Amino acid sequence: MSSETGSKILRAVPREKAFYFFTSIGNYSGVSASSLKEFMERINEVNVKSLEFHLYRGDFEKWIAEVLEDAWLAGEVRRVQKFGLMGEPLRNQLYVTVSRRFKRLTSPPSPIQF
Amino acid sequence: MRRKNIALSLDAKDLEILKALQEDSRQTYTAIGKRVGIAHSTVYDRVRRMELQKVIKNYTALVDLEKAGVKKIMAIMTVYTDPKEAERVAEKLAQSPEVLEVYTSLSDELLIMAKVVAASQEGLHAFVANSVAPLNGVLRIRTSIVTRKLKETHLLISDCLEGLHL
Repeated sequence: MSSETGSKILRAVPREKAFYFFTSIGNYSGVSASSLKEFMERINEVNVKSLEFHLYRGDFEKWIAEVLEDAWLAGEVRRVQKFGLMGEPLRNQLYVTVSRRFKRLTSPPSPIQF
Repeated sequence: MRRKNIALSLDAKDLEILKALQEDSRQTYTAIGKRVGIAHSTVYDRVRRMELQKVIKNYTALVDLEKAGVKKIMAIMTVYTDPKEAERVAEKLAQSPEVLEVYTSLSDELLIMAKVVAASQEGLHAFVANSVAPLNGVLRIRTSIVTRKLKETHLLISDCLEGLHL
């Protein structure tokens, strides 16, 4: 992946494109994320009910694919759905998935080995 | 008799006309005149004056949407806001066609309450998520979908005029 693509995925998006965490239909928790970094941090802070609500509606993968434009991570998040996790195990799995991607995008490229 | 506590000076006959119109706005000036004890031309003049003064804001039909086959869900949305942004948030909500009524309240926190309609739960959620949550100053939102309506009415002028026997 080019550094340009990585920067695009890591950029902060405007307020109207941010991810707003709800706990159920119409109930906004007051927590939002405007970038992949914020999204990763919020996974550890938000009510776990919100993670369950959005994951199984497909809201996370949709936002990651359409707003952050990271098709690879969207696919990984879709895979998390298939585990059928709930509660803290879901939070942990989601955090691991997103933080791995974040680390990969922010770590410098490894030198070419001869 | 003139009532001093009404912004625009209305007398007892005006109030009786308003009461009659609130009960049935389709009745004729002649019928109202008979009831109130004045000529139909006087009823016309008084109604016209109250229309021009915007005491009478509109004439409308109350439609039973369920019987009309319209499937909508209604919800009561409470928006907790930063006090500095509350006025602007309330104005924005008032401009949305999905929002039927907007009220503000100063309780422990500044609240905006709104009656919202949508075609479905998904439509309701999309409206709240895409049009309300992103507004600057919105802290959190609670939305309750109405499952049963036991009463819906409008405040009648006669209810507001204690001591005046109409």
